[in-house]
Amino acid sequence: MLDFLFGQLVATHATFDVVTLSDRTTQALAEDPWLAAGYALLGLAGVGGFLSLLGMALIYVERKVAAHFQCRLGPMRVGWHGMLQSVADAIKLLLKEDIIPDRADRVLFLIAPVFSIIATTLGLILIPMSPSLQVVDLNIGVIFISAVSSFGVLGILLAGWSSNNKWSLLGAMRAGAQFISYEISVTLSLLVVTLFAGSLQLSEIVQSQQDGWWIWRGHIVGLVAFFVFLIASTAELNRPPFDLPEAESELTGGFHTEYSGLRFSFFFLAEFINMFIASALAATLFLGGWMPFHIGGLHTFNGLMDLIPPGLWFAGKTTFIIFLIMWVRWTFPRLRVDQLMRLEWKFLLPVGFINLFAAATLVITKLYFFPW
Amino acid sequence: MDKVEIYLPILIMVAVGALIATVLMGLSVLIGKRTRSKVKMQPYECGVDPVGDTKHPVPVKYYMVAILFIIFDIEVVFLYPWAVIYDSLGMFGFLEMLVFVAILITGYFYILGKGALKWD
Repeated sequence: MLDFLFGQLVATHATFDVVTLSDRTTQALAEDPWLAAGYALLGLAGVGGFLSLLGMALIYVERKVAAHFQCRLGPMRVGWHGMLQSVADAIKLLLKEDIIPDRADRVLFLIAPVFSIIATTLGLILIPMSPSLQVVDLNIGVIFISAVSSFGVLGILLAGWSSNNKWSLLGAMRAGAQFISYEISVTLSLLVVTLFAGSLQLSEIVQSQQDGWWIWRGHIVGLVAFFVFLIASTAELNRPPFDLPEAESELTGGFHTEYSGLRFSFFFLAEFINMFIASALAATLFLGGWMPFHIGGLHTFNGLMDLIPPGLWFAGKTTFIIFLIMWVRWTFPRLRVDQLMRLEWKFLLPVGFINLFAAATLVITKLYFFPW
Repeated sequence: MDKVEIYLPILIMVAVGALIATVLMGLSVLIGKRTRSKVKMQPYECGVDPVGDTKHPVPVKYYMVAILFIIFDIEVVFLYPWAVIYDSLGMFGFLEMLVFVAILITGYFYILGKGALKWD
C-alpha cells in the first residue's frame, strides 16, 4: 500500500498548460473574429460579474463569521439563512439619497470612489485562478499588482481630503501613512518568493511550485515571509486590528464619514475585493495557487493529488486565507497609532530584511527542499 | 508574448471599471430621492456646528513617514530585477546584495538614532 502511494510506480506528473483569456482572444482573432469577441466579452463580463457577486458574498460571509465568533446567528431573515441579505442591502444602498456636502470639493469627491474601484478591478484580472482561468498574465505580475493596489489608497486620500471634514482628513492621513509603511513589508516578503521562483510572472510562480509550495519548500524562510505578508497586507487593507483610518470610536467613519449610499458602498466593496486579492496573492505565492499539493519525486502521490481540479485548490486556499483574516479581525483589539508604526518600522521591517538575507543564502546554497 | 499588446486588456479594464462605477452612481442619483437642507449639507461633526476649516497643516510625522517610505520602497524595488536573475548571478549577486543592503541598513540605524521613527 505504501509502495503504491509513495513509490514511483506510475510517472503521472501532470504538466499544466497556462492559456489566459487574452491569449485565447489574440489566437482566435486571426481565424474567427466572433470567437475572439466572445472571449473578450467573457473576460470583461466575468470580471464585472465576479466583482459584484464576490463583494456581496464576502460581506455575507463576514457577517456570518463575525456572528458565530460572538455566539450570535447573524443575518437570518432574508432568504435561506439570510443568503439574500447582501442583495437586499445592495438595493437599499441604490435607493439611498446621494449626498454631496456643500463644503466638499465636488470633482474630487465624485472621483475618489471610482478610483478605488478601478484599482481593485485591475488587481483582479491578474489573479491566476486555474490554468485556463486568468484574464491577463503579465511578465511583471507581482510588481504590477503591488503597484496597482497602491492606487486604492489614492482614492482614500482623495476622499478624505475632498470631504472637507476633520474626521475624514484625519482618517485619510492615517490611511496614507499606514499604507505606505506596510507596503515596504509586503514588497519585501513578495521579494522572497520572487527570489525562490526567479520570476515575476504569476503563472510561472505557480508552475515553480510543482515540487511543493514555497511555504514549506522554503521551510522557515517561506513561513516567516508568509506571516509577514499576512500581517502587512491586513494592515494595508485597513482591516481590524489595523483599522485606524476608520476607527469608529474615535473618528466616527474615518475617511468615508461624508459618503453615503452607493458611493460609500464602493469603498466597502473595494475593501472586500482587496481582501480577496490579498488572499489570492498569498495563496498564489506561498501556497501554490492552483497547483495541487505535490511532494517532489512522489509521482503516484502527486498523480492522486492532480485528480482534484486546480480551480478547486485555488478556491480552497483562498477561502482559508480569507477566513484567517476574518478570524484575526474578531480576535485582536485595535492598535494605537504609535503601536502601529512601531510594529512596522521597528519589528516587521528588520524581520523582512533578515528574512531576505536568509532567503538569498538559502537559494545560493540550495538548502531549500527539491532544488533541482 | 511580451509585447505592448498585452497591456491592452488592462487599458480596456480601466475603461470598463470606470464605466461600471459611473453607470451605477448615475442610476443611484436617478432613483434616490433628494431633500436638501442647510444643516444636512454641513460637514458631519457629531451634531455640533463645524468650527473652522480643515485646510490647516497636518503633523510633520506623516511627511517623515512618506519620505522614509520613498527611500526604502525604491531600494526594495531595485532588488526585484536582482531577484529575478539571482540564480545566474551566483556568488557575485549575493555579495553585491550584501553591500547594497548594508548601505541601506546603515541608513536605517541613522534614522533610528535621529529619532525619526518616534511617533509621539
